[in-house]
Amino acid sequence: MYSFEPNEEQQMLMDAVSRFAANDLRPVAHDAEEEGKLPLKIISKGWEMGVLQASIPEAYGGFGERSAVTGVLAAEEMAFGDLAGTLAVMTPSLFVTPILLAGTEEQKQQYIPPVIEGDWQPYTAALIEYAFDFDALALKTTATADGGDYVLNGEKAFVPYAKDAQAMIVYASLDGQTQGFIVPKTAAGLRVQEEAEKLMSLKALPTYRVTLEGVRVPKSNRLGGETGHDIGPILAASWVTLAAMAVGVARAAFEYSRDYAKEREAFGVKIAQKQAIAFFLAEMATEIEAIRMLTWEAAWKLDSGAEDGYQSAYLAYMGATDMAMMVTDRAVQILGGYGYIREYPVEMWMRNGRGFATFTGLAIG
Amino acid sequence: MTIEFETPKPIAQQQYVLKTVAENMMRSVSREMDENEHAVPYGYIEFMHAAMRATGAGSLAPKEEKKEEDPNKPKRPPIGYQLLAHMLEMLSWGDVGMYLVTPGGGLGAAAVQAAATPEQKQKFLARFGGEKPTFAAMCMTEPGAGSDTSAIKATAVLDEKTDEWVINGEKIFVTAGHKSMAADEQFGKGFIVVWASIDPKAGRAGMRGFVIEQGTPGVTVTKLEHKLGIRASDTAAISLVDARVPFDHVLGSPTVERQTEKGFKKAMATFDATRPLVAATGIGVARAALEFVKEKLAENGVQIRYGLPRNKLTSIERDVIDMEIMLRAGWLMVVKAVWMADNAKPNALESSMSKVKAGDVTTRITQKAVELMGPLGYSREFLLEKWFRDAKITDIYEGTGQINRLVVARQILGYGGSELR
Repeated sequence: MYSFEPNEEQQMLMDAVSRFAANDLRPVAHDAEEEGKLPLKIISKGWEMGVLQASIPEAYGGFGERSAVTGVLAAEEMAFGDLAGTLAVMTPSLFVTPILLAGTEEQKQQYIPPVIEGDWQPYTAALIEYAFDFDALALKTTATADGGDYVLNGEKAFVPYAKDAQAMIVYASLDGQTQGFIVPKTAAGLRVQEEAEKLMSLKALPTYRVTLEGVRVPKSNRLGGETGHDIGPILAASWVTLAAMAVGVARAAFEYSRDYAKEREAFGVKIAQKQAIAFFLAEMATEIEAIRMLTWEAAWKLDSGAEDGYQSAYLAYMGATDMAMMVTDRAVQILGGYGYIREYPVEMWMRNGRGFATFTGLAIG
Repeated sequence: MTIEFETPKPIAQQQYVLKTVAENMMRSVSREMDENEHAVPYGYIEFMHAAMRATGAGSLAPKEEKKEEDPNKPKRPPIGYQLLAHMLEMLSWGDVGMYLVTPGGGLGAAAVQAAATPEQKQKFLARFGGEKPTFAAMCMTEPGAGSDTSAIKATAVLDEKTDEWVINGEKIFVTAGHKSMAADEQFGKGFIVVWASIDPKAGRAGMRGFVIEQGTPGVTVTKLEHKLGIRASDTAAISLVDARVPFDHVLGSPTVERQTEKGFKKAMATFDATRPLVAATGIGVARAALEFVKEKLAENGVQIRYGLPRNKLTSIERDVIDMEIMLRAGWLMVVKAVWMADNAKPNALESSMSKVKAGDVTTRITQKAVELMGPLGYSREFLLEKWFRDAKITDIYEGTGQINRLVVARQILGYGGSELR
């Protein structure tokens, strides 16, 4: 059957997340971006809504079952409030969800409950590398087997909260395959850069470069144990989450510019009454809906184990990166000069929008 | 409720059968039909008529009342529009020009369905379940009135002595106009629905649809257009000179209601229902083109590497990936719009958005496909160049891309026609 309505539980979660996005995230987003920090109490409040906890089974300390569909519904709603805040709230998922998807039973029992059961804590993951040709399927960071250990070498970038993280998943190339390794904070040779990175947006989300010099982890820390894991489902989960967040950011920019166009007058009419602006808005709305549908379907495929789930998630993500850029750019254009002024939020959404093409691995839900 | 993307079983079964029809009865004669404009694909028409009579699928003919349904039987959600959208997509994947000559009443019957009384429906629609394939057409466009339907000049005047409407006007771009109005022994007697004003001073409020039977004196098919594509489909010009029809052939109220513009709104209601269906036909053509591209690439050992960052993809991979994104997104928008129609949810916005998207998707995919395939794309040896020509109509008929953008814009802005012209 086809059906396009969230179930009751999903709707309740969406409503709660949507209230948090509107009442908590959006009001602090501007200052958080300008000052480069987000109040911990906002992050904690977001965490307490339990978006991640609801996707973790009781056996590992959560109170639900994983559903990529529910995940994308929540991700869109939260990112509508603010992207940096959403990524901050969801950072522990970078650690937990890959373990849930690809970890051994022991790994799940050992690592998930301490993160899930308490307050928000900085657990994270390191996938992205600082190179123009970064490719999650061909990493420059390496893992080599050495006795009972794996030895990790390389440099990672865009690692949220790395400085304070108790542990992180580091992705590295093992014989050409991308594999995840659980690395505790205390591992010798793991060095987190002192200063947070300076990015075009997400200034409220502290991200760091991380250097690994001969970092040794026991073989049992390889995600999925001795035989390892397929990186596909982890990437796919990240892609649909990012696609949904792109929809959320685009919707924020669309709604803001639509409302502006209905207020702003030129030549004796509201600018929304001019077809040049009205058609812009019509196309923005159409593209947002198009990518939302692709994202929902991809997430549904991941949940139902469809063979082409990976491919669909990738396509949704690729479509979302273009859509987010197109919509946020037009929102700035509709506001004209005001669009370029940081007092108004649309220029930040435009900077957010450009990022999605780079963010693989920065969100997962 | 839930979020699900599983093709319902009856639809999957239908698609399996229709794919065979598309391959064996459409693709096999596609080129021939394109090269011989205005030739009639009798084989396909007969086959579809027989199949639709047997199954009831795709027919707008009034169905007999079902007797004594088991009240304990759980009700299945309705999927009529979804079935239809899938059917149209697959037939258009076969050949959209030929799909347009599928018997069963087309837009003419759809107009009756949307605006007629139960008695009128019985009177005009029963024929489509008859022995011979039968056609009906919608006559809206005039030489001076396209997207702006309020500029229609055709008139209908009531002759109170005979209780007949006297209709005058020039109608053009009438899809299946010839098959509906020109006698053909192979076909049943068709009709057209002509939109005309009963009070030119009343503007849109005066607009009504009139059912005009084949053989009505004063009605002449004056021209068959020669087109860029969809050449299997006849596009007629029809002249009406003092054409007389009985009083009860008017769809909707016979008097002017200035306040409500009801008559015109009924015409527009036809479009709300049919826009996602037209979008579906475009998606079918686009899918045909994209599948051709992927087949040719595979034959030549070109793989699409899903999962790579954009800057590591080849130009061809980027193009194919973009085409896949567009095609799937466009199709899902159609499915959502018809799902809403099936579930009686107002879908004017989703209908028009699906048409906006499909117009873009269909033209861009087919145009990019011809470019990518080089000489193979441009050669008439393959059907790709034909699909490129066929595709363009998707962004023109049933509301151009621009008109649908206007409809979408009004919806999202909460504007009426006076605020956003």
